Amino acid sequence: MTTHDHDFTAAPFLIEERPWSPRLSLRVRPQHRETLARSLGLDLPSRIGHRSVTDKTELLCLGPDEWLILVPAQGRDDLMAASAEAYAATPHSLCEISDRDITLRLSGPQALTALAAGCPRDLGSLPIGNAARTVFDSATVILWRDGQDSFRMDVWRSFLPHVRAILHKVKAELSSGL
Amino acid sequence: MLLIHCPYCDETLPEVEFAYAGEAHIARPADPSALTDEEWRDYLFIRTNARGPHYERWRHVHGCGRFFNALRDTVTDRFVTTYRIDEPRPVLTPLEAAE
Ligand SMILES: [Zn+2]
Repeated sequence: MTTHDHDFTAAPFLIEERPWSPRLSLRVRPQHRETLARSLGLDLPSRIGHRSVTDKTELLCLGPDEWLILVPAQGRDDLMAASAEAYAATPHSLCEISDRDITLRLSGPQALTALAAGCPRDLGSLPIGNAARTVFDSATVILWRDGQDSFRMDVWRSFLPHVRAILHKVKAELSSGL
Repeated sequence: MLLIHCPYCDETLPEVEFAYAGEAHIARPADPSALTDEEWRDYLFIRTNARGPHYERWRHVHGCGRFFNALRDTVTDRFVTTYRIDEPRPVLTPLEAAE
């Protein structure tokens, strides 16, 4: 492909791999949610798919007792310490999963079309600022809708070659006008 | 493709996000060693195999990850309702009347 001239302005969508950043999984039963949120200083949204953003920390509610936390590297140790302190009084689990996923950024006018190639959900109706754990051609992924045409996709590391291969195929098809 | 309402996500989503998980409301015997072989066999293997409304478990595996229950008609594949795992089995008659 090196003999081709790339015109990126005409690209139907862009796939970029995001740099590594800490990721934590939080599990806590609903009856302890509010107490724990206070101890950790976090705003834990209670509706699945909703996020809260505070001071560079992003939280996403993935299930009735499950949250994903994206936190800057310096905030991670503070959070882990607060969690250890709260543990005896408020049972929960806070587990680092930073190496489990790789995040792709998909953006551009046909990003939605590209995602529709592998994801059965109606992503057009996913509100901007929400996220969803769903499936992309048999791989569980988390899709964050950051803008009309801008998504982040967290993919488990071992599924990434498969997901990327499909996205590149879709990109080639869309570029050729199929 | 079927659309299934997840009672935890409170959204109606495509079937491929879900996994079927067998008949619902089958309680594990409190004291398995007190059971006869026949009773244990029945607990493990004998199912209703309903033709019509069937209470069954599903898991939102590519989503919230939760197990929940559903009432589905095995003839028409129509989901009458879905409900959380800690909710009682819905009575069929009023649901049928609402159809
Ligand atoms: Zn769900």
